[in-house]
Amino acid sequence: MVHIKRLQEDGSDIISVVGDIDASSSIELDLAIAKSVGEGFKKILVDCSALEYISSAGLGVFMSYIEELKDKNIPMVLFGMKEKVANTFSILGLAELLHIASTKPEAKKLADELSV
Amino acid sequence: MFRTKAIIRLLFLGSVIAWLVLVFSDITILYSEIRQLPPGVPKWLPGLMLDIFVVCLFYYYRYRIEKDESLNFTDLLWKVFATGLIATVVSLVFRLGEFLLGASKLASDPLFKDFIYQINLALFLSFLLSAYTSWKRLILYQKSKWLIRTWMVFEVCLFLTLLYDSLQLTFSGTTNTIIIIVIALLVIVLSANMRWVAYLNFKQKWTSLLLLLLSFFYLGYFLFTVNSISSFINTASPTFQDFSSHIFNVCLLCFVMVYSIFSFLVILFNLPTSSVFEQKLEEVINFQRISQSIQTEQNEESVYNILLDSSVSAVFADAAWLEIESETNGGRFFTYKITKEESEQIRGHLKQHNVRGALDQGSDKTKNLSKYLASVKGARFRSLIAFPIIVRGETIGTLALLKELPDGFNKEMMRIVSTFANQAGISIENFRLMEQAFQTERYKEELKIAKTVQKSLLPAKLESDPDFEISAFAQSADEVGGDYYDTLRINDHQVALIIADVSGKGTTAAFHMSQMKGIFHSLAQQELEPKEFLERANQALAFCLERGSFISATYFVVDTKTKTIHYSRAGHCPVLYYKASENKTQYLKDRGTALGMVRTRDYCRLVENNEIHYAAGDVMVLYTDGITEAKNSKSEEFDYDRLEKALQEVAEKSSQQIEKHIIGRLYEFSGSSLINDDYTAMIIKFR
Repeated sequence: MVHIKRLQEDGSDIISVVGDIDASSSIELDLAIAKSVGEGFKKILVDCSALEYISSAGLGVFMSYIEELKDKNIPMVLFGMKEKVANTFSILGLAELLHIASTKPEAKKLADELSV
Repeated sequence: MFRTKAIIRLLFLGSVIAWLVLVFSDITILYSEIRQLPPGVPKWLPGLMLDIFVVCLFYYYRYRIEKDESLNFTDLLWKVFATGLIATVVSLVFRLGEFLLGASKLASDPLFKDFIYQINLALFLSFLLSAYTSWKRLILYQKSKWLIRTWMVFEVCLFLTLLYDSLQLTFSGTTNTIIIIVIALLVIVLSANMRWVAYLNFKQKWTSLLLLLLSFFYLGYFLFTVNSISSFINTASPTFQDFSSHIFNVCLLCFVMVYSIFSFLVILFNLPTSSVFEQKLEEVINFQRISQSIQTEQNEESVYNILLDSSVSAVFADAAWLEIESETNGGRFFTYKITKEESEQIRGHLKQHNVRGALDQGSDKTKNLSKYLASVKGARFRSLIAFPIIVRGETIGTLALLKELPDGFNKEMMRIVSTFANQAGISIENFRLMEQAFQTERYKEELKIAKTVQKSLLPAKLESDPDFEISAFAQSADEVGGDYYDTLRINDHQVALIIADVSGKGTTAAFHMSQMKGIFHSLAQQELEPKEFLERANQALAFCLERGSFISATYFVVDTKTKTIHYSRAGHCPVLYYKASENKTQYLKDRGTALGMVRTRDYCRLVENNEIHYAAGDVMVLYTDGITEAKNSKSEEFDYDRLEKALQEVAEKSSQQIEKHIIGRLYEFSGSSLINDDYTAMIIKFR
């Protein structure tokens, strides 16, 4: 089960993910990111501080947006990841493709740098 | 069968002989009486012969009629009628002969008259006995213990009267009367058993009435004939015993008469209600049809058709329609003697008047909507009732019945149709459940096939070398996973190894797995550097993998000449390596991104070549995340540390023993033999 909340802060869309992302709940994450992109946000931050587990399907969702966001010049920064979740990202080599920060201010700073 | 036939013939012969002796002896006695001579034969002979004649005929008919199971009620009546007809025709032939003789001396001779009398008596008795046997069967239809006993008593009484007659014990007129009254009472009690009449249909009742009427005629004819002849003989010989002086004959006649009259009257009075009985019977049959309509070759459509037909015939509706709502194919409409337009007009009218009823499918109650029909323009119907058809608590359709008469439906009719509608609902529900079961079965079958395909993709035999031994383990959960491992000898000193995990599950995962196998087998033979292998594999997969899918893999080339392992990791779980010289285990956490993550040339930046030297005793453990992510009851993961520890415990043993131990530890940890993911591991032991 997963809970996804979106709130806007300083012109960036913050998507907070709470719980586990597995094959079925990954659809919700996909929907949230798609909405954010569709609504024209120029910066997307993903709050992973309450993310307990992410399956390959969930990772697939992040992966599938890499190209699209690059083309549209929208930086997406993930932050606050727990060690285990971060490990999953790094083993798959997804950490190199995504922008990952440890805290929210850092994530904002990184997003600002990237959007220039 | 043969025995019965022989017995029937024997009995018939016996009765004929008895009758011939009876005629001869009777005529002799009469002759000697008229001539005032001492009789040449004993006086009791005719009586005895009559008894034998009656008993033979009694059993004859018993075999002919009572034991014949194939006879139905009208057949029984028909048998009686036919016997009567034959008897009457024979009798009439003799009467004609008598008439032709005219007023000759022979015609008025008492002896000749006696002969004619005996013929008529025999015919009459045979007719009575055949009727008696038939009536017996009718009375004993749906018998009870008490009824059988009463009948036994009656039969024994009849037999006693027969003996009483032949012994010629003439006590007094009152004794005779008492005997007759007792038997008459029994007859009346027995005649109350008319259950068979209820089972006749309308046509059969008319037939029965006609047959009974004709039987009355025969009875009357014979009674008249026998009486008139005997009274004629009586004038010549006063001691002549006529028919009516035999109590048995009287009793038999009385029984046959009374039961015939009772039957006739009961059938006559049952005529108007017979249609109701038939109707009920038809309802039962229809009900059965609906409940049995779910056979393999039938479908929902046939249930609807049967429901419509049965309901219409049950309530004599002039028209009907059946509307089925369905999301999948837009609903269906069945009509009976009404056009679609006409029904739509009525429905539209009801809607206009805002009638909340079964017709709008929002109600689950049967509604009598007749009162709204009066205001429909030009409609021929004056009565309308509607029934909902409910499947699993949901109204799926409406059955509407129409009549041209006002107030055409009574409570009984509503109740019957409502049971029909309920039964149809149950039938349809069963049908849908069955359909669902089939679907699930088919889905399961497909999964099974996918699983078999996946299993067949894994190598049956792994490569071996003097330098190393390999053993592998793969166990998958109910769902089809996407774990893949394989080995391939490139040349005499190089062997390629791969372990991969396709994201996702089910048939798609198995499909991608087979693609991976194809890529491995075609690229590995080209002696590529591990990095280049992954780059090319990524390129090949870029167009096959759907959005969001990827494959994590690690590719190895073991070179036995240089004793090195060249490998490249593409997002797969880090290899667990045991170095025997240092007695240490470690995870080889090198850079590398999974295949399909980046589908451009940029991918080459994300993977790298790695190289390690191996020595005898080293162990390499390749595995998938199913193992490290295996959970116990406390939701803890098996994780890297436990895996590492498990290897350390048995690192010096053979590859097979290592594999067994790791899997053993894994099951021990998860605490059950149930697998919730795919467990795949490949152990390479160098020597």
